[in-house]
Amino acid sequence: MHELGVVFYVIKEAEEAAKANNVKHISRITLEVGEVSTIVKHYFEECFTWAKEKNEYTKGCDLNYITIKAFSYCNNCNQTFETVKNGKTCPHCASTDTYLYIGNDVSIKSIETEEES
Amino acid sequence: MSNIKVIEIKKSVFGSNANQGNEIRLENKRKKTLFVNLMASPGAGKTTMLTSLVNSLKDEYKIAIIEADCSSSVDAIKISDNTGVTSIQINNDGQCHTDSFMTKKALDLLADQHYDLIILENIGNLVCPAEFDTGASKNIMILSVPEGDDKPLKYPLMFTVTDLVIISKMDTIDYFEEFNLNRCIDNIHSRNPISKIIPISAKTGMGMDSLINYFKEEIHKWRNE
Repeated sequence: MHELGVVFYVIKEAEEAAKANNVKHISRITLEVGEVSTIVKHYFEECFTWAKEKNEYTKGCDLNYITIKAFSYCNNCNQTFETVKNGKTCPHCASTDTYLYIGNDVSIKSIETEEES
Repeated sequence: MSNIKVIEIKKSVFGSNANQGNEIRLENKRKKTLFVNLMASPGAGKTTMLTSLVNSLKDEYKIAIIEADCSSSVDAIKISDNTGVTSIQINNDGQCHTDSFMTKKALDLLADQHYDLIILENIGNLVCPAEFDTGASKNIMILSVPEGDDKPLKYPLMFTVTDLVIISKMDTIDYFEEFNLNRCIDNIHSRNPISKIIPISAKTGMGMDSLINYFKEEIHKWRNE
């Protein structure tokens, strides 16, 4: 639903990274997407396929989409657990005093460029 | 021959938006303006609740409303006509959410005067607005009785980011037998144990006093802390 909005953010940040590194064209973007970031992968890829062509830096570039597993931390027993399987409740001690510490972010890991040599 | 050069970035794509959001919060702290992000499904009763709330607070506080919609300015006109406070419309060209860059533009338009309270009426949607920082200091959502008490289970992120959930249209509860208020409260707290919950009916006035007091307390806390 909001995948296109996120795609625009990715392209904008990639373009800025390219400019900062004197890159004229990006050939591949490696993106790390948290499992509970609420991004639907195939919508995201379709939006990306359309939107990348509108930007001179990302035209024709590949997308390397990596899903990052979500983990939560339990304040009661100080252990971690898989968020998607268990929700807010710690499987070790049944406490609900837990928080998500990884898995809801979307970040650009790297950009690649092909250089003539 | 071409060779491939890899440039490590390691940067959250929401980072620039979050930075902008933090700048807005700092600026509003300095100005002593409480900026609230109000979220809900389309038709949950945001505009009706806002009209009633603003009419009860406007004599004591200077208030402005920012209306975000995909297009048109019907809400801004409705709020202005019914309350007399300043309201500005931002259309975000079909996007599903409002982010800090959009709210910054709207806040700049209000910069010539001091406001105690600015409320952003976000796009009607339970998914996307929860994802994007708007620069607000408080996130509030409205869940209306007809939508069902299972919404916190279906849209967990929304309920994780909210400081207050307003349960609206309480006057219709007898017609929606499946809606159980206690179960709804449990579902909200399963997502966010510290979320405040206020059931209201803007139509009958039920709960409006609690809601008005909540806003008064938050305005004073923001000014003085």
